[in-house]
Amino acid sequence: MIRTTPFHERTSALNETGLWSHWAGHLAANRYQVSDKFEYFAVRNSAGIFDTSPLYKYRFAGRDAERFLAGILARDIRSCPPLHAHYTTWLDDRGFVFEDGVIQRLGLDEFLLTSAEPNFAYFSDRVGRLQVTVEDASLDIGALAVQGPRSRELLSRLVPSVAEVPFFGITTGEIDGRPVTITRTGYTGDLGFEIWAQAPDALAVWDTLSEAFRGHGVLPYGLAALYMLRIEAGLLLLGKDFDSSRFAFNDAHRSTPLELGWAWMFKGLTDDDRAFIGRRALEREIAQKSSRWKMSGLVVDWEDYDRVYGAAGLIPPKNHAPVHEDWMVYDAEGKRVGYATSFMYSPILQRHIALARVRPDLAKVGSRVFLEFTVDHHYQKVAAHVARLPLYNPERKTAMANGTSP
Amino acid sequence: MTDRYDAIVVGGGHNGLVNGAYLARGGLKTLILEQRDLVGGAAITEELRPGFWFTTFSYALSLLRPQIVHELELPKHGFLPLLMSSRFAPTPDGEYLWFTQDHDANLREIARISPHDADAYEQYSHDMDRVCQAIKPLLDMVPPDPFSDDPEELLALASLGSRFRRLDKRTLHNVIRLLTGSAADFLDDYFESELLKGWLASSGIIGSKVGPRSQGSGLVLLFHSLGEHDGDFGTWAFHKGGNGGFTQVLARAAEGFGAEIRVGSPVERVLTDDGRATGVALTDGTELAADVVVSALDPRRTFLELVDPRELPDELVDDIRRLKFQGTSSKVNFALDGIPSYPPLADRGADPFRGFLNIGPSMDYLERAFDDAKYGRFSREPYIDGAIQSTIDPDMAPPGKHVMSCFIQYTPYHLREGDWDAEREHLGDTVQAVLERHFPGFGSLVLQREVVTPLDIERVTGLSEGNIFAGELLAPQMFFLRPAPGWAQYRTPISGYYQCGSGTHPGGCVMGAPGRLAAGQILKDRAPA
Repeated sequence: MIRTTPFHERTSALNETGLWSHWAGHLAANRYQVSDKFEYFAVRNSAGIFDTSPLYKYRFAGRDAERFLAGILARDIRSCPPLHAHYTTWLDDRGFVFEDGVIQRLGLDEFLLTSAEPNFAYFSDRVGRLQVTVEDASLDIGALAVQGPRSRELLSRLVPSVAEVPFFGITTGEIDGRPVTITRTGYTGDLGFEIWAQAPDALAVWDTLSEAFRGHGVLPYGLAALYMLRIEAGLLLLGKDFDSSRFAFNDAHRSTPLELGWAWMFKGLTDDDRAFIGRRALEREIAQKSSRWKMSGLVVDWEDYDRVYGAAGLIPPKNHAPVHEDWMVYDAEGKRVGYATSFMYSPILQRHIALARVRPDLAKVGSRVFLEFTVDHHYQKVAAHVARLPLYNPERKTAMANGTSP
Repeated sequence: MTDRYDAIVVGGGHNGLVNGAYLARGGLKTLILEQRDLVGGAAITEELRPGFWFTTFSYALSLLRPQIVHELELPKHGFLPLLMSSRFAPTPDGEYLWFTQDHDANLREIARISPHDADAYEQYSHDMDRVCQAIKPLLDMVPPDPFSDDPEELLALASLGSRFRRLDKRTLHNVIRLLTGSAADFLDDYFESELLKGWLASSGIIGSKVGPRSQGSGLVLLFHSLGEHDGDFGTWAFHKGGNGGFTQVLARAAEGFGAEIRVGSPVERVLTDDGRATGVALTDGTELAADVVVSALDPRRTFLELVDPRELPDELVDDIRRLKFQGTSSKVNFALDGIPSYPPLADRGADPFRGFLNIGPSMDYLERAFDDAKYGRFSREPYIDGAIQSTIDPDMAPPGKHVMSCFIQYTPYHLREGDWDAEREHLGDTVQAVLERHFPGFGSLVLQREVVTPLDIERVTGLSEGNIFAGELLAPQMFFLRPAPGWAQYRTPISGYYQCGSGTHPGGCVMGAPGRLAAGQILKDRAPA
C-alpha cells in the first residue's frame, strides 16, 4: 500500500491537479496547480513550501555515535559541531559512491541522517561492538522545506532563533507549542530551511505556517518545480545524475565522489588517518588523478541553439521542464568527451543548462564543448561552454541576516 | 567645455539605456542623460504610497529582444521575468474565460462557450505562430533603405524578398492580411464567440487610435503577438519590481560596461558645428562634448526640438511634422485593500488574477469605445487591460494588500471639450465604475487611485501627445518608413547625430530593439574602414 505523508490531509486539499508521484513509498505532489513554473518562481521570488517527509531518516545515538559515523561517512563528521549539519556521502571499498545525504548533529552523541534510499540494514549491520543505536525514524518525522528569499523573515517570526542560523546550521524551537528542529538546508540552492516535526504534530505545524505565510505569496511546490530548482542549484539526484554503487552491475554506473564534484568534502583528508570505508581508494584516486569525469555545468550557446532549430524551420523550444536522460557531449573534433544527465531551460539564467560529466582535462571553466540534440529525428550538435557548479548561486543562500557572509 | 565623451545618449528610457550599454560595451566612453531623478522613462516603478509600488506607465514585458538579455548579460544584474500564470476575461453578466498554463483546460474553457471556437483556437494559434516566425527576424534587422542605390542595401532588400518568397501561401497571405487589414476581419474568419473575439482583438488596439474594425488593427494585433516569454509567442511576463525593476537592471548593466548615467540632467539642445554633432547643452547651461550624440526621445523632439529644424532637409522636417502621435491610452493605477471578488469565481481567491484581466467583452464593446474617441471624447465604457501585479510579485505591496495596474483605452490626447486637467478624475471614476460592475465591492477596496492621462504621460516622460509608442504603429510609419522615408537606419542628416527611440524601427513596447540596432550602426560607422 502506498503511504501518505503526515501532511497529506493538507497537501491533498491543495493539489488541484490530482496528480501524484510515488516517492519512497509515499504519495508526493508533482505540482499543486497547473503551472509548475509559477511554483518555481514562488521559491525564487518569495518562498515555497515543500513536503519532504518521504526522505528516509535514521537516528544515531550513543557514546560511540561519532566514532561509528566517522568510520562510515566519507566526510569527517568530527568536524561537524553540535547544531550543525553536513552534506555527506558514504562509499564502498573501491571508493564509489553508495549515496549522499544530510546528517544533522543534534547533540554531541545524537545524529539524524536523511537519505534517498533505505539504508537501515547497511548502517545497523556495521555497528559491531560500538555503543550506538541506529533507529529508523522515517515515519516518525514530518519534514517541510521552506525555501526562498522570504523564508528567514517568515520563519523567524515563529521561531526567532531562525534569524541567526548560519548555512547548514540548526536551531530548535516550538511552532504552535510543538517541538521542532529547523535546519538551514534544502534542495533549491536558495535561502531556505527545513522543519522537522513529530508526525502527530505535522498538521498543527502546517496550519500555523500557512497562517503566518498568508499574503506573502508563498505557494506549495511539487516535485516538478523542485527538479528545476535543484538543477540550477547544481544539486545531484540519485537515480538521475548518479547511481548507487551498491546496485550497479558495472563501473559505468558507478561514480566516485571526486567525479561528482565533491572533492571539497575531503579538504582535511591528509590531516590525520581516520579510517573510513573507501579511504584508500579515495587516496589513490587523488594521488593518481585517476578520476574519469568531472561533474560540470554546461551552458548552451543561445545563438547556436537558435541557429540549429531555425535552420530546421522550427521555433526554438525553451522548455523549463527538466529532462533526465543521457545527452552526449563532444569536443570540437567530434570526439565524445562526456555526457549530460539533466537538461532544462533555466528561467532565471535565461539559458538552456545541463549537469554533465566531462573528461577532466576538458572540464576547465569556459571550455567549448558540443551537446547532442535530436532535431527532426537527426542528431545535431549545439555549442555549449563548461561552467562552474552551481550555475545559480545567489549570495542570500549562505549570507547571514545582516548580509555578511559566514 | 570640460567633460568629453565618445558618446552621449539623450534620454534614460529603456532604449537609451540599452543603447548606452551597447555603446559602452563597444568601448565608447558613454554618458546617458536623463531629465528626471530616476531612469526608466516610461518604464518605471514608483512607491506612491508606503509599501505600494506602482508601474506608473508601462506594466509588462514581452517584446524585449532575447539577444539583449544575453549580450548585455542581464541575468547577472537581476533580470527576472516572472511568469503571469493566468489570463482572465470576465464580463458583468457572469460569462467569462479563464486561461491557465494548461492548454487542454484552456480549450475546454473555450468549448464551454463555443465548441467550434475551441478547435478554431488551435488553428488560430498555429497560424499566428507561423506568422510570428516569419515576421520576427524583421525586429532584429536594420530596415534596408529602398531609396538608396548602395548595392548593400539592394542586396538586403533582395534577401528580404526571398525570405518572404520561402513562406507557404497561407502564411504569406496571413502576414499580408494582418499587415493591411483589421483585427476584426482576421478574427471573424476563425471564431464565432464575441467574448473570445473581443479578448483577442484587444491586442489589436493597444496604444493605437484604431478600433478592432479599423484597417491597421491587424498590424497592431500582429505586433503584440510577436512577444514571447521564454520562447512562447504572444505571452507576457511581469518583471520583478515591475518595468521599473527592469530598467534598473538595464542601468546596472550599462554601468557594468562602464557607461555613466546622470539623472536630473535635462538636455536643452544638441550642439552642432558645420553639420556635425559636437555635444549637448543642458538646460542649466552646462555643455558636454561628444563625437556622437544619440537621441532616445521621440522623432518630434529628436528632429524638431533638440536640433534646429533649419539644419535639416525640409522634406524630412515635413515628414516628421506629419507623423501621427495622437496618444489615446491612459493608466489608472490602484492600491487595493484586498483581492477583488468576481462572483462566479468567488471561491477561487486570487487564482484568476495572476495575470492580465481583460475587460472588453466583445468586438462591439471595443468598437463603441473607439467611436467615442473618433469624436474627441474618452470612452464612456472604456476597454481595460488590468493586472494585479502583487499576485505575481508580492514585493509590490504589503502582505494581503495589492497594487492593480489598469491600462485604459480610448482616451484621446486632444479632447474636443474640456481638457485633461479637468477630466482626469472623471476618467478615474468612469474606469472605477466599469470595474465595480465586474467586481462588486471594488470601490470599497480602493486605498488610493492614480490617474495618468495622455497629457500626464507627455508631461512626465516627454512622449509627444502621450503616444506610448513614440509615434503610432501605423503601416505608413513602420519599417523603412519609421520615423520617415530615408531616415530609418538610425542616422540623421547631422553627422554624428543618431536616433534610437521607439519612434525608430521596429517601434514601441519595452523591446529595446531600436536601442540595440542603433548602437550597431553607430559602432559600425566608427569602425575603421
